[in-house]
Amino acid sequence: MNLTLKIWRQKDAGSEGQMVDYKVTDISEHMSFLEMLDVLNEQLVNAGEQPVAFDHDCREGICGMCSLYINGEAHGPDRGITTCQLHMRMFKDGETITIEPFRASAFPVIKDLIVDRMAFERIQQAGGYISVNTSGNTQDANSLPISKHAADEAMDAAACIGCGACVATCKNSSAMLFVGAKVSQYALLPQGQIEAADRVKNMVAQMDLEGFGNCTNTGACEVECPKGISLDNIARMNRELMKANL
Amino acid sequence: MALDSKVPEGPIKDKWTIYKDKINLVNPANKRNIDIIVVGTGLAGGSAAATLAELGYNVKAFAYQDSPRRAHSIAAQGGINAAKNYQGDGDSNYRLFYDTVKGGDYRSREANVHRLAEVSGNIIDQCVAQGVPFARDYGGLLDNRSFGGVLVSRTFYAKGQTGQQLLLGCYSAMNRQIARGKIEMFNRHEMLDVVKIDGKARGIIARNLITGEIERHSAHAVVIATGGYGNVYFLSTNAMGSNATAAWKIHKKGAFFANPCFTQIHPTCIPRSGDYQSKLTLMSESLRNDGRIWVPARIEDAKLIQQGKLKPTEIAEENRDYYLERRYPAFGNLVPRDVASRAAKERCDAGYGVNATGEAVYLDFASAFERYGKEQAKIHGIKNPSKEKIKELGQAIIEQKYGNLFQMYEKIIAENPYETPMMIYPATHYTMGGVWVDYNLMTTVEGLYCIGEANFSDHGANRLGASALMQGLADGYFVLPYTIGDYLSNDIRTGAIPTDTKEFDDAEKEVTDRINFFLNNKGTKSVDHFHKRLGKVMWDKVGMSRNEKDLKAAMAEIKAIREEFWKDVMVPGAANEMNVELEKAGRVADFLELGELFAKDALIRNESCGGHFREESVELDGEQKGEAKRNDKDFAFVSAWEYKGEPADAVLHKEQLEFKDIELKQRSYK
Ligand SMILES: Cc1cc2nc3c(=O)[nH]c(=O)nc-3n(C[C@H](O)[C@H](O)[C@H](O)COP(=O)(O)OP(=O)(O)OC[C@H]3O[C@@H](n4cnc5c(N)ncnc54)[C@H](O)[C@@H]3O)c2cc1C
Ligand code: SF4
Ligand code: FES
Repeated sequence: MNLTLKIWRQKDAGSEGQMVDYKVTDISEHMSFLEMLDVLNEQLVNAGEQPVAFDHDCREGICGMCSLYINGEAHGPDRGITTCQLHMRMFKDGETITIEPFRASAFPVIKDLIVDRMAFERIQQAGGYISVNTSGNTQDANSLPISKHAADEAMDAAACIGCGACVATCKNSSAMLFVGAKVSQYALLPQGQIEAADRVKNMVAQMDLEGFGNCTNTGACEVECPKGISLDNIARMNRELMKANL
Repeated sequence: MALDSKVPEGPIKDKWTIYKDKINLVNPANKRNIDIIVVGTGLAGGSAAATLAELGYNVKAFAYQDSPRRAHSIAAQGGINAAKNYQGDGDSNYRLFYDTVKGGDYRSREANVHRLAEVSGNIIDQCVAQGVPFARDYGGLLDNRSFGGVLVSRTFYAKGQTGQQLLLGCYSAMNRQIARGKIEMFNRHEMLDVVKIDGKARGIIARNLITGEIERHSAHAVVIATGGYGNVYFLSTNAMGSNATAAWKIHKKGAFFANPCFTQIHPTCIPRSGDYQSKLTLMSESLRNDGRIWVPARIEDAKLIQQGKLKPTEIAEENRDYYLERRYPAFGNLVPRDVASRAAKERCDAGYGVNATGEAVYLDFASAFERYGKEQAKIHGIKNPSKEKIKELGQAIIEQKYGNLFQMYEKIIAENPYETPMMIYPATHYTMGGVWVDYNLMTTVEGLYCIGEANFSDHGANRLGASALMQGLADGYFVLPYTIGDYLSNDIRTGAIPTDTKEFDDAEKEVTDRINFFLNNKGTKSVDHFHKRLGKVMWDKVGMSRNEKDLKAAMAEIKAIREEFWKDVMVPGAANEMNVELEKAGRVADFLELGELFAKDALIRNESCGGHFREESVELDGEQKGEAKRNDKDFAFVSAWEYKGEPADAVLHKEQLEFKDIELKQRSYK
């Protein structure tokens, strides 16, 4: 395949960015999207130019590092995947592909396609944990049975990889799917109950402080989420918040 | 310098308890005055950072990703072992200890492994308390599954995302300490050197990957938890950023590097499809519980398959070679990873591979569909079910068990594995070798510790499934916090370590000189160009099977690539900005040295052991004819290399391994 790429280039957080056109040739349909970008970068380096910076690490859809807004969609066309799992067979020969960073005011651009997702870190630090001493003196793990249903549901919520696609795709740049997933995981487990009220209040307060927008139930986040995190988690978070404020 | 493993006296089952009772403690008020640097925030570093902070030390933690949650531990799928005996199938600390020592082909340190088994149960308790959603049975109790190489069900899991959930557990513990101000987290920072003062590790030099700034950080002790070096092969199941830099830099400053040639080649990975490929993807080994592995029995069929003229489903049962079941009737498809990997390579080398490159074998679920389907038909009282119905029922069961893996396979290969067998091939996965540490997890440099995959101690020549996660968390939550306290108890009056000293100046200068060299070199070839060449030499000559001639050639070739690299590498951009090529250049430079030492280590180990098959060392007769031959008389030691400049000049120190509690036996899976 031969493709035209329109890529956002931005030197650093302080500089202005712009779209730049590139051409790549001989792209195999078996390549992943990031391997296609590797080909472009090899080409740029060989020409003595700076390669396009993009975030990635595991390249198997689990670390949450890769981002990219491809042809107007977070993680590109195809559902239930991250950008590193996107394959070139989803594109056609001769196509023009637009590649931008995840855009949200709470995710400032660091360079080219790399954004700063530290806001997610700070939300987790505000209460996304269970306060347990890491001493090795905790009670036996089977002394508190947990129904299979609750454990499975908690696992589904816990599967969030913190990629930020939900924010990037939301017209309000809301982080509620991400925060809802974490709140739900602990709300569903007996271990998380004691701090539940403070947890949800603090995490939501931090979320607002970071400049994420509100949820208006459009549901775009659920559609683009690579891990199928469901909107139910937002509802559960709202219930938890109401309970906490009573 | 003589190697002292510092293994405590006493019977194996009491060593750790006696040790803990006798060590020096640091008074809580004094812990506030002590700083510890933890480099790496995967399972090992993350659990260590959280626990040390909990104890009251000031922790500075470093990671090259933007968040601890993205460390490579996140990718582990299968599960974590612990000797809980919840299933009542006869598991015990001793049995876990025994299986681990045997599985490691008797090349690990007994005392360390026993301690690992002893604390394994605590890990599960700790993680459950942190809210890790492990799989549960209908009674609400924890569920287990079984892994290759063992006969009990001791693997705890969270769907196919166990590493992710365990890491999120330690990440949350870290977040709690970050919020309290006890951990200062340095995301997007890369450690580029260690600083020694009076022989002790007292700090590091790190590069802020966003601004390019070179920073000095001091501490009373430094902990390296930077994971494995599998990317020395270029293609591996590791994350793209996984590297050996921290381990290699401390090696150059005096830490011995142990058993570099012990790498694990994992048997169930998605095969390579072309030269552009950047990494290999693992398919969890749990698939071997239900899948049967085969290649065509007739070479003509293999050729047609390779040319795409024949489909696997068109090959009759009697024309298939289920080679693992044929060779290893007792364990069949569940032989340990090293055995399964070598057997696959043997068939492919003989020309029976099943994809275009001839480097793949089938993992077939057809008989599992049928077996489960029939069972389901019985359960649901379906009389005379059709073949299709059976298959459908069976597929539903397999989907429940491994659905996410089947989906992942389909996304990558674009073939439906429910309709046609999967293709798999071995790939570099885990490095058992690493920085040499004593029983305290201290390296040969005082005050410098190494934990998790980055050290060498617990897995011997081969790692059993689900034991790396266990080791990372054992080291970080339960071992290091004790052993480091004993060392730090001598530092309560030291006070803060200044960074404006000659030692810091020198280390920083070395780092900046190297960066400037890369940027001013103006060569003609990219970093990846050299990395790929190194990887090819490593795979062809220092891969699964090795011989003297190839190993010598590999050493020379790697040296030549290294020399060319320093002459001709091209790194665009500047030092004071985010520069991804510059980051890669530093890592590949270190791989180019490590690779040569790796080959040298393989050369001296003239025995087949664990994942590595030495062609000169084969069983010549008896039941084990043609199998790998270990040589305990001459090689029951850890090779610990001391840096002397060129990798070829490294000096070998031997830590003789003693097996007092377990008898050294031939491993047989027949
Ligand atoms: C695909 C896959 C599946 C696996 N499945 C299993 C399984 O089911 N069960 C099991 O037991 N094991 C499994 N393993 C093995 C296991 O995941 C790893 O061995 C283990 O997680 C390693 O943990 P670690 O903490 O030592 O290192 P890592 O998790 O690799 O962490 C390394 C850390 O070091 C940091 N770092 C590295 N270099 C630097 C530097 N120079 N400066 C600053 N920071 C640095 C990184 O940012 C990261 O935080 C699997 C491995 C892979 C690849
Ligand atoms: S909820 Fe989904 S889209 Fe949002 S961060 Fe988590 S995994 Fe990504
Ligand atoms: S690179 Fe890890 S999720 Fe894409």
